[in-house]
Amino acid sequence: MSKPFIPKVVTANALLEGDVVYLTADDQWSRQLADAEVIEDLAHGDLRLLDGSSQPDVVVGVYLIDVALEDGIPQPTHFREEFRTRGPSNYNHGKQAELF
Amino acid sequence: MYQYNDFDRDFLAERNAQFRAQVERRIDGSLTEDEFKPLRLMNGLYLQLHAYMLRVAIPYGTLNGGQMDVLANIADKWDKGYGHFTTRQNIQYNWPKLKDVPDMLDALGEVGMHAIQTSGNTIRNVTADHFAGAAKDEVADPRPTAELLRQWSTDHPEFQFLPRKFKLAVTGSANDRAVIKAHDIGIRLLTRDGEEGYEIIVGGGLGRTPMIGKVLRDFLPKADLLPYCEAIVSVYNLLGRRDNKYKARIKITVHENGIETIRDLVEDRFALLKPQFGGVDQKMLKDIEAQFALPEFKNGSVAAFKDAYHSDPVFRSWADTNLTAHKNDDYSIVSISIKKHGQTPGDATSAQMREMAAIAREFAHNELRISHEQNVILPHVHKSHLPAIHARLKSVDLTTANIGKISDIIACPGMDYCALATARSIPVAQQIATRFDELKLEHEIGDLKIKISGCINACGHHHVGHIGILGLDRAGVENYQITLGGDHTETAAVGERAGPGFAYDEIVPAIERLIGAYLQNREDENERFIDAYRRLGLAPFKAALYPEVKADAA
Repeated sequence: MSKPFIPKVVTANALLEGDVVYLTADDQWSRQLADAEVIEDLAHGDLRLLDGSSQPDVVVGVYLIDVALEDGIPQPTHFREEFRTRGPSNYNHGKQAELF
Repeated sequence: MYQYNDFDRDFLAERNAQFRAQVERRIDGSLTEDEFKPLRLMNGLYLQLHAYMLRVAIPYGTLNGGQMDVLANIADKWDKGYGHFTTRQNIQYNWPKLKDVPDMLDALGEVGMHAIQTSGNTIRNVTADHFAGAAKDEVADPRPTAELLRQWSTDHPEFQFLPRKFKLAVTGSANDRAVIKAHDIGIRLLTRDGEEGYEIIVGGGLGRTPMIGKVLRDFLPKADLLPYCEAIVSVYNLLGRRDNKYKARIKITVHENGIETIRDLVEDRFALLKPQFGGVDQKMLKDIEAQFALPEFKNGSVAAFKDAYHSDPVFRSWADTNLTAHKNDDYSIVSISIKKHGQTPGDATSAQMREMAAIAREFAHNELRISHEQNVILPHVHKSHLPAIHARLKSVDLTTANIGKISDIIACPGMDYCALATARSIPVAQQIATRFDELKLEHEIGDLKIKISGCINACGHHHVGHIGILGLDRAGVENYQITLGGDHTETAAVGERAGPGFAYDEIVPAIERLIGAYLQNREDENERFIDAYRRLGLAPFKAALYPEVKADAA
């Protein structure tokens, strides 16, 4: 039996600002993980990764991250991606100070 | 200090104009990221975890007040109002926008600074003893040599695509403060029978496979420096491995081929190259040396210093910890700690930078240095100015008296900023500093080097820390390995791994147990942690780190 698919989100950095961004269902890039399209199967993940990668004039370094759904909202499962959602942990600056 | 001439200025202006056009072509879509990435890296621009990062070289750590002011202005205008001083005497801006970077580089160019070769497989910023020109124990100022090497290596056509990055460090003192044995080429100025020359060390490095450099030439006549270095790098350029990134540094080339083979190849190449230099390099060196003449030292009473030292305990504590002997007895070298307890090691705000620049101009012959230990140095301060400088530094929160102590920690940016990191390092440094400040044990513990890296690449020099901490990702969780007994000086040594790693919330208590074992076992307060470790070995420290293992065995 194959392993259950871990839900995923397409992420990247914005070309102009470098900000961490997430691909939404309507092909926009959001600064907030909560806005991201949650991908529930492998084939769709491959497709959305290609969709994200086909916007090289908007984003850099497109890849898929694992997420867990909490009340329907995606949360990163790895600590690296947790930091990417909010910025550096040494003190309050970066995304956490600007978005939340 | 070295002043840019027309050649330097024209080169930089042309290079910045090239990069401006490259950025424009990336933004308008004419260049792909694959095409652009090597171009931006050659100009010091990285893409990190949360943003771009611009790494600006501060050659051999030397800058003047005007340059520091520009670093502050850049932080305000195009970043978040601060800069981060690194372990290779660079400053990093963590939040630049791509379109602003050409303007930042132009602003740097105005004061003779740049970000060229702060990344990529090239010869990187040449570093030097941060006390250069001022230290009492110095044979000669290493900076003219470092500047000659900077000019030779910048845009050197043969060395733009080396197998891997290549780092040079220079010291003019037998007491090595530039970590020359952990560099690709380490250079020490010395004299033998009245003749000036260099000891050349090769193949040192930290990272995945830490190696202490080996002596390639115990005495190289002064005039032979550039052809000899060119011989080393060109031998490496051909012989170094390009098949495996992890085996591509010269330390592996030296290790795999043996120092004798490398020496023979370098000598053969050197014999070919030497005639080609024809003495022009030595003429340039003479001109450079003239620009590094010592400032005119002031004569005058140092009574104001003595009075403040006896009457003000806060000043005395700072003076005892943050001053170093200068070659002129009426002068001191001031180390300004950029390591206030609980703050990010190496981060200075624009206001702090401006105040340090102003102090340098008013009191310290307009000279500043950045140390590889992420602090700022005023190399030439007449002692009469020290009380005023202390007061001025206090106004910008820069009087932490902890140089060389447990909270004077080197920490790489780690996973708070760096895309390569496997764990955080800054918060570990913050917590250790805060904890021992609360315990009021810092001065009791005495001299101690803690160095923290957030990945195996070892930007935080953990291998050569008396206590080294390496942050790793173990099955999706941060985990910290401790090494003990490392040494970054002329008696360089790679630390020994103490045992299994610790979780993020266990690492500070582990360090506390380690220090407890040191305080319990040291002969007296003059025996430093590293000396106690050398005398006692790993056992008592291991027992303190892993008490449950000991309990299980009992």
